[in-house]
Amino acid sequence: MHAKLSDQLRIVITGVGLTAPNGNSLPEFRAALLEGRSGVAPFETRYFGPTLAGVCNFDELKYQRRKDLRRGTRAGSIGIYCAREAVADAGLNWEKIDKSTVGIYVGVTEHGNVETENEIYLLKGYDYDTQYWSHHHNPRTVANNPAGEISLNMGVTGPHYTVGAACAAGNAGIIQGVQMLRLGECDLALCGGVSESIHTFGIFASFHSQGALARHEDPTKASRPFDLARTGIVVAEGGCMFVLERLSDAQARGAKIYGEIVGYAMNSDAVDFVLPDPARQAECIRLALRRAGISAEEVDIVSTHATGTITGDIQEAAALRQVFNGQGRTLFNNTKSFIGHAMGAAGALELAGNLPSFEDRLCHPTINLDQIDPECDIPGLVANKPQPMDRVEVILNNSFGMLGINSVVIVKRVEQ
Amino acid sequence: MLTDRRFGAIAGLPAQPRAPHRASGAIAMTAEEIRQVVLDILADIVPDEDISNLKDDVPFREQLELDSMDFLDIVMELRKRYRIQIPEKDYPALGSMKSTVEYLEPLMRNINNK
Repeated sequence: MHAKLSDQLRIVITGVGLTAPNGNSLPEFRAALLEGRSGVAPFETRYFGPTLAGVCNFDELKYQRRKDLRRGTRAGSIGIYCAREAVADAGLNWEKIDKSTVGIYVGVTEHGNVETENEIYLLKGYDYDTQYWSHHHNPRTVANNPAGEISLNMGVTGPHYTVGAACAAGNAGIIQGVQMLRLGECDLALCGGVSESIHTFGIFASFHSQGALARHEDPTKASRPFDLARTGIVVAEGGCMFVLERLSDAQARGAKIYGEIVGYAMNSDAVDFVLPDPARQAECIRLALRRAGISAEEVDIVSTHATGTITGDIQEAAALRQVFNGQGRTLFNNTKSFIGHAMGAAGALELAGNLPSFEDRLCHPTINLDQIDPECDIPGLVANKPQPMDRVEVILNNSFGMLGINSVVIVKRVEQ
Repeated sequence: MLTDRRFGAIAGLPAQPRAPHRASGAIAMTAEEIRQVVLDILADIVPDEDISNLKDDVPFREQLELDSMDFLDIVMELRKRYRIQIPEKDYPALGSMKSTVEYLEPLMRNINNK
């Protein structure tokens, strides 16, 4: 598919804006990933009590007023910060851009739980009399809220919406951006994913009830995908938005190009609410490779999805062995070991953290990998310290979610 | 230990649900006290603006960036803090500080202002 595309249909990344529990820009985030710096910390949320989480500390007032913060949602603030940072990073003259040609596509795992829990909590103080229920509840909880807040903040009059895709949402937002650029629905796509999930007690309580919430006396060691001592997921907040453009547009303005999105795929397991299916995951990876016109042997780095759950990690390892079995040169890493699971932002953040490897030719590691689970053994899994590489041309990013939703994005280095 | 910021001041939410004020032991609020009540509410609703020099006889909207949702916040906060019910037909009375205080005076005669 890719080899036949004209430059007008080739889509490139020209800007990255992010907030992660261990960095508020791509350079900060990349440095943390190479230094092995975790962003997981003790955290307390209502009803559930002390737990662990990946918590962001970006400057909310950089692009919003206090009134905006009061009016909007945490997911909206994360989205605004990331989108504004991405546009600045892309070197775009924002004031001169026709805002009707910009599309906003934001992946979310869930939206509205935080505000609903807050309102019910407050309503309890009024004996559940609904006349005290806020008029802000609906605009805060509509599913397009995070994307809509970005459009309001940045004056974007092109399309905006969220893509609900469980924990595959970060990739799904990017894929939506690629598709809309190719369809001519926009000339500039702001896309990626956000998560405010640590502000809902329900996500912690539900993972805990499922036996899938991580625990460890040292918070920085709690998130340990593929490790034999893993105990589950560390929930994180965060966001990552990309600026995507057509290659022809990016070249015309002399933009810095992080890479080209040469392939993607999404499919469904259609077997279980929570348990993944390695056969369908492998099928999704192969479909993305086929569309990109790239063989498994040509992939330099695979950014894995693994979350630290017992079963999920085994299933993804099985899928990866099916596709990459025995070829021996592809390296694998995992970003959640540093920051926990940033839900709707995870796929976008995990791709972003790997993009600098095109330049520095380092594969960032999976930390907390002290004793690999034999069932998770993937030849080429980079443990605990970065691995230098002779060349990095292709990065493949996995992102999977509940209800059996799978997504893969493949990015290739662009010669400039 | 980090605590959930959505509990607190950043989101403009109280740390705990506010209990409705009770009328027992009530004392009459003066016009100046009522003005301060409205100022306190406005300080929450437009936290970026200087309201110290608000002109009482000039409409709020000519001095502050207030939209219809903000006016509903004034109504909601009076309801939450003082159990004052303001019917929709009376909303125009909340146009300026002067008209708001005049409208609230008979309603807040027997409110506990603690």
